[in-house]
Amino acid sequence: MANDAVSAPVHRALTLPARPARDSLWADTARRFRRHRLAMAGTVVLTAMVVAVLAGPLVYRVPINDIDFRAKLKGPSWAHPLGTDDLGQDLLARMLYGGRISMAVGIAAMLIAISAGTLIGAVSGYVGGPSDHVLMRITDLFLCLPQLPLLLLIVYLFRDVLKSTLGPEAGVFMLIVAVIGGLRWMPVARLVRAQFLSLREKEFVEAARGLGAPPLRQVVRHILPNAMGPVIVAGTIDVAAAIIAESTLSFLGLGFPPDIPTWGRILFDAKDNLDFAPHWALFPGTGIFLTVLSINYIGDGLRDALDPRKVLAH
Amino acid sequence: MSRYLVRRLLIAVPALLGISVVLFTVLALAPGDPFEELATNPNVPREVAQQLRAKFGLDDPVPLRYARWFTSMLRGDWGFSFVSRVNVDTLILQRLSTTLFVLGSAQLLGLLVALPVGTLSALRPYSFFDQVATTLAFIGFSLPTFFTGLLFILLFSIYLDWLPFIYRADIAATGWQWFWEHFKQAIMPISVLGLFQGASLTRFTRSAVLDVIRLDYVNTARAKGLSERVTVVKHVVRNALIPVVTLVALQVPQIFTGAVVTEQIFRVPGIGSLLITSILANDTPVIMAITFVFSCLVVLFNLVADLVYGWLDPRISYR
Repeated sequence: MANDAVSAPVHRALTLPARPARDSLWADTARRFRRHRLAMAGTVVLTAMVVAVLAGPLVYRVPINDIDFRAKLKGPSWAHPLGTDDLGQDLLARMLYGGRISMAVGIAAMLIAISAGTLIGAVSGYVGGPSDHVLMRITDLFLCLPQLPLLLLIVYLFRDVLKSTLGPEAGVFMLIVAVIGGLRWMPVARLVRAQFLSLREKEFVEAARGLGAPPLRQVVRHILPNAMGPVIVAGTIDVAAAIIAESTLSFLGLGFPPDIPTWGRILFDAKDNLDFAPHWALFPGTGIFLTVLSINYIGDGLRDALDPRKVLAH
Repeated sequence: MSRYLVRRLLIAVPALLGISVVLFTVLALAPGDPFEELATNPNVPREVAQQLRAKFGLDDPVPLRYARWFTSMLRGDWGFSFVSRVNVDTLILQRLSTTLFVLGSAQLLGLLVALPVGTLSALRPYSFFDQVATTLAFIGFSLPTFFTGLLFILLFSIYLDWLPFIYRADIAATGWQWFWEHFKQAIMPISVLGLFQGASLTRFTRSAVLDVIRLDYVNTARAKGLSERVTVVKHVVRNALIPVVTLVALQVPQIFTGAVVTEQIFRVPGIGSLLITSILANDTPVIMAITFVFSCLVVLFNLVADLVYGWLDPRISYR
């Protein structure tokens, strides 16, 4: 009894100062994220690029395929802020347009990779048993596949069909997004599975189970939200990886057709003119580099912000 | 150790089988086949086309075709290139050594950069050196290889005119001259690939060393009077290498991506650039074979990683 009298005020004294800091998980994460200076810089740069790519073509109304041989291979000038290519087409206009596609590919491929990975990891981790075993062997198998050669093989085999059924732009877009996403879900699946294995034994999930929550509700309402931290980080990095994968394909001349100037495609066209028109390669290359660097820094910041070990430290 | 090796080998076999099934499924699902031209060519009678199809078993069920393809791959019969009119295996063997040379040297360069830099960074975390190193590493793996390659060409071949940007397999010189020419032309492809690998490996090494360095056994090593060098090299780095080896193995498929790109940029006559030319020339047998060779290399390097793993941590091989 005497113990109670002592411990009660102490207990209150311990909890009271903590009150004002009782933010939600996401407010906490945002606060820690803002402390990561380079991640904030990455956010600013990436936001600027996204805004430029989305709003740019509305403001800067130079057509992307306006051929002007008098102005071909010119460096940056007032008429053409980023110079022109070998047909005298304006590079800024082409980069703004191509950036839309590069970023759209990155985000769409990331969504596919994340959804597939989460689904497979969740089934594997929640159901367990033989299906877990089979799914994990499939994951291992996919991790062994050499990505770029396989990507090239699939694009080579299926490009013409999709082009003829969906049109050149949509067909190639769907194909590239599906294949890049389809070859990148494995790390997410492993992460989600590991999270599920530990979370499904936790008391709060047991409580939900005890209260009669059906499996789907347990997964969607209780386990999945708690497993999303590493998935968000992996997803961020996946956007960068997908942008690089698409640029690589286009750079090898096997991605988008020449009339769709993604950044990789511009580099492909520019690489044989490096000696007299370096600006043609430098601008799209820098575009890819800055986008990828910003995304990677954002991923790094998110990792720090979402890391449960850091939650204890701050 | 030998039992461990055998077990690893037995795991590699189903992996190869699985990969071959995936590759063949992709091919079987794809529309069109090599005899499509015959069907539309008016000069070839219908019956002849049919007979040819039957002779090569193109209308057989997919599993049967798979079995035939896989057994002939095993026997070393890799088919015939549509374009070069040479057996696929000779075509690949001619070029495989160049690819392995570039890949191996690049990986070596990456490790030579990453291990010391990553370890030094972790020994003094958040020092000036560490901040420079981590920033450079971040920039390094955000720079895609195709862009670094172009930047290198622009700087070293065009502005400075130090290095050739086309890789030649048939250098006429002999002796030291030959060696020097080879060395000069290999610098750029190897450093593009090696520095890219090195950048991500540096980060892995740094975090692996950071995880180990605070453990009690390291304090024990210091307390019993071992020099800092011995403590770091023999006690810290050896244990920190274990996760690094795993990551190196996991990254092998990624290195091949870089290899294809650098071979294409610098016109290195390896199997990566052969893959691109075959795709542009619709040379399906070569494409399939190269993809399969890349997969085999992945499995092989995973096997090597497992062995290194067993050597670094003897407990693993006894389990």
